[in-house]
Amino acid sequence: MKLWNHYHTPHSIDQAIALLNQYQGKAKVVAGGTDLIVELREGHHPIQEALIDVTQIPELTSLAADDNNEIYVGAGVTHSQIVKSAVLAARATCLVESCGVVGGPQVRNVGTLGGNVAHALPAGDGTTSLVALDAKAEIIMNGQRRVVPILEMFRGPGQSLIDSTRDVIIGFRFALCGDNEATAFKRIMRPQGVALPILGCATWVRLNPAQTHFEVARLSIAPIGPTPGRAAEVEAVLIGQPATDAAIEHAIETALQILKPRTSKYRATGDYRKEMIAVLLRRTLQLAVQRARTGQAVPEGIGME
Amino acid sequence: MSKLDITVNGQIHHLDVPESRTLAQVLRYDLGLTGTKIGCEEAECGICTVLVNGTPVNSCIFPAFKAQGREVETVEGLAHNGELHPIQQNFIEHGAVQCGFCTPGLMMTATALLNENPDPDDHAIKVALKDTYCRCTGYASVIAAIKSAASEMRGEGPLPVNEPDVSEPMHAISRSVPPQYVREKVTGAAKYTDDYFFEGMLFARTLRAAYPHARILSINTEKAKAFPGVVAVLTHADVPGDNLHGLVYRDWPVLCGDVVRYMGDAVAIVAAETEDIAAEALTLIEVEYEPLPVIGDPKFAHSPEAPVLHSKHPTGNLLKHIKVRHGDIEQGFAQADYIVEREYRTPTVEHAFLEPECSIGIPPGVAGHEKLTILVGSQIPYQDRNQIALAMGLPEEKVRVIGTLIGGGFGGKEDITGQIHVAMLAQATGRPVKMLYTRQESLIVHPKRHATIIRMKTGATKDGKLVAVEAELYGDGGAYASLSDKVMTRATTHATGPYVVPNAKIDCYAMYTNNPPSGAFRGFGVTQSAFAVESNMDILAEMIGIDPIEFRRINAQKVGTTTATGQVLRESVGLLETLRHVEHDMMPADGDFRWAWRDGHKAYAWGLACAYKNTGLGGGAPDRAEAEVEAFEDGSVEVRVASADMGQGLAHVVAQCTAEELKLPYHRVRVLLCDTDLTPNGGPTTASRQTFVSGNAARVTSALLREALTRSAAEFLDVPPETLYYEEGLLRHNGKSVELGTLVGWMKANGLSSKVRHEYHAPATQPLGTGGDMHFAFSYATQAALVEVDMETGAVKVLRIIAGTDIGRAINPLMLQGQVEGGIVMAMGNCLTESYIVENGVPWTNLLSRYKMPSIKHAPEIISHLIEDRVSTGPYGAKGVGEICSINTSPAICNAIYHATGVRIFSLPVDQDALLRAIRAGQTEVYTAWHDVR
Repeated sequence: MKLWNHYHTPHSIDQAIALLNQYQGKAKVVAGGTDLIVELREGHHPIQEALIDVTQIPELTSLAADDNNEIYVGAGVTHSQIVKSAVLAARATCLVESCGVVGGPQVRNVGTLGGNVAHALPAGDGTTSLVALDAKAEIIMNGQRRVVPILEMFRGPGQSLIDSTRDVIIGFRFALCGDNEATAFKRIMRPQGVALPILGCATWVRLNPAQTHFEVARLSIAPIGPTPGRAAEVEAVLIGQPATDAAIEHAIETALQILKPRTSKYRATGDYRKEMIAVLLRRTLQLAVQRARTGQAVPEGIGME
Repeated sequence: MSKLDITVNGQIHHLDVPESRTLAQVLRYDLGLTGTKIGCEEAECGICTVLVNGTPVNSCIFPAFKAQGREVETVEGLAHNGELHPIQQNFIEHGAVQCGFCTPGLMMTATALLNENPDPDDHAIKVALKDTYCRCTGYASVIAAIKSAASEMRGEGPLPVNEPDVSEPMHAISRSVPPQYVREKVTGAAKYTDDYFFEGMLFARTLRAAYPHARILSINTEKAKAFPGVVAVLTHADVPGDNLHGLVYRDWPVLCGDVVRYMGDAVAIVAAETEDIAAEALTLIEVEYEPLPVIGDPKFAHSPEAPVLHSKHPTGNLLKHIKVRHGDIEQGFAQADYIVEREYRTPTVEHAFLEPECSIGIPPGVAGHEKLTILVGSQIPYQDRNQIALAMGLPEEKVRVIGTLIGGGFGGKEDITGQIHVAMLAQATGRPVKMLYTRQESLIVHPKRHATIIRMKTGATKDGKLVAVEAELYGDGGAYASLSDKVMTRATTHATGPYVVPNAKIDCYAMYTNNPPSGAFRGFGVTQSAFAVESNMDILAEMIGIDPIEFRRINAQKVGTTTATGQVLRESVGLLETLRHVEHDMMPADGDFRWAWRDGHKAYAWGLACAYKNTGLGGGAPDRAEAEVEAFEDGSVEVRVASADMGQGLAHVVAQCTAEELKLPYHRVRVLLCDTDLTPNGGPTTASRQTFVSGNAARVTSALLREALTRSAAEFLDVPPETLYYEEGLLRHNGKSVELGTLVGWMKANGLSSKVRHEYHAPATQPLGTGGDMHFAFSYATQAALVEVDMETGAVKVLRIIAGTDIGRAINPLMLQGQVEGGIVMAMGNCLTESYIVENGVPWTNLLSRYKMPSIKHAPEIISHLIEDRVSTGPYGAKGVGEICSINTSPAICNAIYHATGVRIFSLPVDQDALLRAIRAGQTEVYTAWHDVR
């Protein structure tokens, strides 16, 4: 069945914005289409007058580290490209680990990181890692170029800051892990039903130079609320603590007191999710600490969840 | 329309097509490259995979204009100058092609993998193919084929094929010849129904019910009829004949006029110039309903408060009460030292064959067809014809059903779907009409595996002898009868398990509800009862303090056993042999066997279960198949029978039987299946019956042809007929010989026919309740599962399955092994991943993305032993295999989970959430499943 009438492939952001303006709300931005086109088919959106494909715009497809230890990942970079990036594997491992378990290869080959964020699921895999990496999103919103912290991108389940009939996500920028820093991502899937995680967890840690204590930690556990978020109280518990299993268990205890995961139909009970908070925090924190200490990170679980 | 420039398989195309096209649509409809299949249009199943600039993508959601200026590779581009690509050749050699519908997607995904990684290990193959599904093979042969292709492409030659051990290969029997049409399937040339296009063809869609149970107050089609491009809109008032169909009871309206009873009910049908117009026209049909109370579960259906769904059915919502009575149940339990009684639940399960239903109707006088002709991939062409003729008010001879290739069936393509609708629309419009279901429509409409509630009570003595089984089964039959009567009968008669049980009382209630109808699904009810039987067996063994294998050995059926239906088993009871092989392979090399062990947070354990399954219809139903075999002057032979090959391999079975009887090279036998004008009736392809009945029909008919040929050859060569023998297409006598083709030419010249038609009648059976032989053969199986349970998450992984399967004889060992592997993986879905959820009559599972079937990442190591305990009446001793391999996997896995965790699962599919909570809480029994999480 016909889902859109026209298909445009602009080669610049200006062209893309001009096209969106021209269609006056009757066209949407599309990247890989692995969410949008499936949703169109399921009748979640009306038939679109046009789809504006942003994956041929150079600024959206570049992936490059700069001199300041920061990296820029264009919104149109596919999950597969992220998985294949050596610099991300070594220095933003959680992003590779999360993008490496999205869908199957065919979906990862076209689905983009920008699409994952625009889709604004409470537990989008790539999103969960971007939150732990404390990324910033570069967007064109209402015709204005803006840089916003990643968490400001989400307004509600499936609702992002941007309006895809008007705005474009250009890319993401975040600091790569340096000495004594490392990340990890793991998730728990249900073998039945919809392929959304029961729980996903991305962890970023920085140890002190002696590698004995946590200096800073960023924890993103999802889904906990309607939008992605950080477990700030749990992060606080880790700061300054010895980088030991005991400290991790203490943080887990805090997490279990503070976080109140809900039961969601055909996905998981709240009690099970609570158990998984403990399991995933333990597994990702231990892994991140080990990676920070050794300076070695080899992504785990790619392609097999 | 806009300009699209793409290169496909090296050829540049400049097309003028709508920008709304997907890449799959351009390939299939604009370029005629129908080798690329569409399975779901949700980017879920992966069978539409093609390569764009070398990268695998799902072409079903890939906008065609996204491929502007790029290079696309499809299955049609794999072979060069008629020479198969090593991937294609190895898919054939390793038996990785069954129905063939997913084969192009698997091969294209594999092509991309091997371009990047010339020597992939199992893990790399699983990562690459994780979301490219196959419902037939179980993936083991696919992995072997890809590794072998890689080896060949590296210049190291292909790898050896995993040929099963079988006894006594004959000329063509017990030999792993390639399946029929396999070359077409690997090149993309194979045609399934949606691959046919006719001049002037219209596209049809069906308006489904808006409620699971409602009275129809009015239907207004005026606006739809007036919509430009709509050619016909038909309702119940337009059904020319009887507005009912059904395989056992005729209770299913062709088009509903007064009441709808489930969400898949058809209310109106539209034929239009395009699919888009037909779909839009559906939205213009106005139907007024008065919603009625909904029966959402079979126990409520049985209660006095429930509304009666079929007023004409004499027992109300009780579709059928099935009883087995054997011995004296009270005395039996009085002898028992140990009694276990538990309640089990199994969910509705979806076939998820990868080819959605499609029918094409062609009116008389169009496209060279003299009569109303229906093209459909059906498991029962003659019963389709019967049902179409009744609904059309035509004699059967005025209707022709041509079976196309079938992209998987598993029991789900036995009932009528679009066949009658396209017949009506073709007749009304005078044009060919195609009706292709979307995946989402397929999920809602076709009958599924029965959800059951089974209370099972089993008693045994302290020395391990079973003395009594009492069971009560409720089966959710859904809105229409379909095959519920037969399916639930099989669940009931097999509810003792394959054991000697002197006393049994089993009652089964097949109920009408407002859920999608339930019907045939590989295992035919026995899958469900075996879960209860084999779980109770393990519980009892533990209570008695006896090894579960020993407990089964003590009670195993053997020659001389009387079953609970009163049948004395006289031969071919290979259960103990299957048990022996499986037990042997469970033992580690050092002989130190443990049922369970721990390694960190992972628990490992074995579990075991047995099963049996009838071959053939049984129960007194006449079971026959007719075949026609004709020899030609070119030395080839054609065998014709209207039995379906949905991938399981019936075509090569009949070809092998014919090749055997005529001692012909296999490649000289052609098979024509499923054409009600050209092939005689082979009966339904169900009940693991076709190897037996159509195999026998081909065998006997070919033997009759051989006799006719021998008589003529004796005259031609002037030798006594008894001295003639057949060898590789020649008839030989001491020193003299004649080519088969030459002989046929001589016969034709002399007015003799080289064609024989014969109806084979299987041994008679008796109805349930009369004692005697309810079935003419049973297949037996033992399976052991090695599972890993993550004790921190509850996640269950099946690492290894050891299967012993008694199938009488393996006509084609490699392809039969494919049945076993595919059956096991499908059964793993039944146990671990699959549940079709209906909420008070409304399917929640209305998308394939809501239904997970096993992918290649689930594929365990499978060690398969074929046990050939011959049945004297089977073709060369063979009995059925299609179902027996898919029955005991679930209880074997659940028994293993118990050994690993101490928690027993009573409801499928296994819920890791509930399992973990039970482990944490120290509970030992879980009565909820995934669909109970809410």
